[in-house]
Amino acid sequence: MTLTQQIITVAMVVLGTAVTRFLPFLLFPAGRPTPKYVQYLGKVLPAAVFGLLVVYSLKDVSILTGSHGIPELISIVLVIVLHVWKRQMLLSIAGGTVCYMLLVQFVF
Amino acid sequence: MQSRSKMLKKAFTTAFPYTIPIFAGFWFLGITYGIYMNVSGFSFWYPMLMSVTIFAGSIEFVTVNMLLGAFNPLQAFVMTLMINARHLFYGISMLDKFRGTGRKKFYLIFGMCDETFSINYTADIPEDVDRGWFMFFVTLLNHFYWFSGATLGGIFGSLINFNTEGLEFVMTAMFVVIFLEQWLKEKDHTSSLIGMGISILCLIACGADNFIIPAMLAILGVLTLMRHPFERKESVESKAGVNEVEDSRSEKKKVELSSFEEGGEVQ
Repeated sequence: MTLTQQIITVAMVVLGTAVTRFLPFLLFPAGRPTPKYVQYLGKVLPAAVFGLLVVYSLKDVSILTGSHGIPELISIVLVIVLHVWKRQMLLSIAGGTVCYMLLVQFVF
Repeated sequence: MQSRSKMLKKAFTTAFPYTIPIFAGFWFLGITYGIYMNVSGFSFWYPMLMSVTIFAGSIEFVTVNMLLGAFNPLQAFVMTLMINARHLFYGISMLDKFRGTGRKKFYLIFGMCDETFSINYTADIPEDVDRGWFMFFVTLLNHFYWFSGATLGGIFGSLINFNTEGLEFVMTAMFVVIFLEQWLKEKDHTSSLIGMGISILCLIACGADNFIIPAMLAILGVLTLMRHPFERKESVESKAGVNEVEDSRSEKKKVELSSFEEGGEVQ
């Protein structure tokens, strides 16, 4: 890829990202009352989106081959235990990640 | 003038503590991203400029692969729309919260990544702190953490020679924590379970590369069908102390009126 092609590719990603962020605000401008249905969605969507994000981040894990998703499972359990126990975002994230790295580098 | 700088200072000092975990997380992630670009053969200019202009974690990792592949701008655009389509849901959730924030609103929307959205959506901002500036500083600080981390990773990535296999799990861990935070905070887990359950089903049915859009549509569909049961439940809960003397017709009206707004007027 040439430099110009790289710039165009990145520009496309910037544009696409901006579209996904600005579109709701363009469709439902502040001047007009937001439809009740959209208000309802604004209330119930976040929880569902967080669930989607978890699955999204695990989408390439293969259950049937390789390490069968076992390192992922162990590390996620550790993240949950750490977080419920200490409720320190950073500790839970770092702990789970270090655990995962050790598992994939030395065990599996 | 002095009261303005005082107000800004207060908003900043209130916002900063909320961003401390993101600082650590973003440096960790951002440096990883910078290293990833570095070992993929790109100079630090790439992660530096991309972290400022895109400012959306997962797509930036994907963009590295795009830059290594064949030139296909349309595919890059469509892929970005699909991976970042979840931002549409963030926007819908923030329509009210961003109201009345003036010119800052443009930047608030531009910088609304997963973590910034999570904080700005969940933070309990004190009455005497300007909401708009609070959210502005959260966004700005997170943007800066991501930018500086990505740049440092890009510059010093080649100096790091420990085995980084598995470091990408930091993203999964972060999303698990965000999900868990929401789970521990909410009273009703229906929406969380719907989001996760449907996503898993769509992942199995459509495969890793094509499941996001079907999952989003299915989530939207199910939540739409759930609207009336959901609202009735909430209405009943909010009326727990009120004696029930009205007939069923006004009952129905109340359900519609109280909608999903806290303390909707029921009389």
